Amino acid sequence: MTLRIEIEDLAKHFGAIKAVDGVSFSVRKGEVLGFLGPNGAGKSTTMKMITGFLAPTRGTVRVCGHDVLTDPISVKACLGYLPEGAPAYADMTPDGFLRFIADIRGLTGADKKRAVASAADRAQITTVMFQPIETLSKGYKRRVGLAQAILHNPPVLILDEPTDGLDPNQKYEVRTLINEMAHDKAIIISTHILEEVHALCTRNVVIANGQVQFDGTPSQLEAMSDYHNAVCVSVANIDGNAFTAFLNGLDFIAKVETLSANRGFRVFPSNGRQITLELAQVIRGNGWEIDSLYAENGRLDEVFRTITMGATGSLRSSI
Amino acid sequence: MNMRNIWFIMKRELSGYFATPVAYVFIIIFLLLTGFSTFFVGNFFERGEADLYPFFSVHPWIYILLIPAISMRLWSEERKNGSIELLMTLPVSVFEAVLGKFLAAWAFTGLALLLNFPLWITVNYLGSPDNGVIFAGFLGSLLMAGGFLAIGACISATTKNQVIAFVLSLIVSLIFVLSGYGIVLDFFSGWAPTPLIHAISSFSFLTHFDAISKGVIDIRDMLYFASVIMVWLFANAIVVNARKAD
Repeated sequence: MTLRIEIEDLAKHFGAIKAVDGVSFSVRKGEVLGFLGPNGAGKSTTMKMITGFLAPTRGTVRVCGHDVLTDPISVKACLGYLPEGAPAYADMTPDGFLRFIADIRGLTGADKKRAVASAADRAQITTVMFQPIETLSKGYKRRVGLAQAILHNPPVLILDEPTDGLDPNQKYEVRTLINEMAHDKAIIISTHILEEVHALCTRNVVIANGQVQFDGTPSQLEAMSDYHNAVCVSVANIDGNAFTAFLNGLDFIAKVETLSANRGFRVFPSNGRQITLELAQVIRGNGWEIDSLYAENGRLDEVFRTITMGATGSLRSSI
Repeated sequence: MNMRNIWFIMKRELSGYFATPVAYVFIIIFLLLTGFSTFFVGNFFERGEADLYPFFSVHPWIYILLIPAISMRLWSEERKNGSIELLMTLPVSVFEAVLGKFLAAWAFTGLALLLNFPLWITVNYLGSPDNGVIFAGFLGSLLMAGGFLAIGACISATTKNQVIAFVLSLIVSLIFVLSGYGIVLDFFSGWAPTPLIHAISSFSFLTHFDAISKGVIDIRDMLYFASVIMVWLFANAIVVNARKAD
């Protein structure tokens, strides 16, 4: 069974407010699905429904083949969940807390010891194991929550903003940890940190107004940007107007932008294709000397804004 | 129902009581109150009888005040700091969690009650009491405490605010005690039909506790407290299910 999470037409209405309204997607083993969307888009609500914390208004969720409505205990047994804000029992120590989780997860004896030690090690909280959780910093609290989620080595991980509030080093460590685990798990990560799209995810679902606006790979997401495959070029000792006129005359170029302080030019391809090579050749062919030349991947923040603010219908791309 | 889960939740909850000074403060206040009222309100010495009736007879009033302090945090604290989301997404059923938490609070109250053992030693030293009656008194008191705790646990699940949980639990507990009290029954006796008065008085903790604490272990009184506990715990599970995500 490769499909670990199957979500069909999931909806949650709070009175007149449609927090989630007809969301469908699935996650297979080995995938890290980045769940993107502005605050209040329905990310956490969707995750709460997948983990069985919230009952959906309509729709179905299956995790590892178990329906969350008819067999919630089996669903909960096969997933690890880091709720938003990483809540824990503040008066416990991480050691006591993890052992409690291990007990509830059915681990005993040597297995329990090993699971607690390994989770603490992977989440890097071994140095604070005997301090009350309420005295820990935000970063440590988040990692205690993460240790709790991965303790029983679940086939499915649901992490609600796992890197929120961490410093850059801690973010890096958490991402490394998630990448290490990715190959044999199905993972959903919600985030609004766009740099994580590439650092972590193999697939993205963008949600806004309770509906899926995009479902595809990070590259496909970037390809939706106007800046996708745009080339920034700067050439030594050149008359800007003449160069712009020359570039505008080329048929594979749609538009040329002069960058600030004459530091170069941004060249947009006419049909979204890669033009770095061609461009370099024609510039050199004219005897100009290239100082620098690089292609842009596309701007995720711009795509994010377009998708989540502009879209009324679905821009879903095929996978 | 998974007994292991109930046990683990109970264990965690119970250790939570002792992680802060709250447990010790509570036990000390409980012992002071029971001691004080046994000797000064119940006139333990002046009565000149070798029993613990003065001790047990004040329990309903002490419980009204102190049990809500134990039960108020059971669910409202979880809801306030969000750990309820963690608990309810672990592979445990709502009723296992409800029962585990309730049993922890009940065990804690039982411990506080047992720490009154010097009184039992005293009364045995001074005379030769009927220890069967004293045992019945402890049993009845424990059952009644369970009733108060079940009320408090359910009310605690309705709010994120522990103070509100405390005050509401206190009021509901008071109603359950007062309904058997003479003054309240007199208020009804002028006009209400007799069966209604009987119904009201039979709902009181006082009526059932009084019989047990006098040494009469009637199965109906035991069943009464058992059903009060069960009904409130079922209500507790329903409230948790309905309000957990608010």
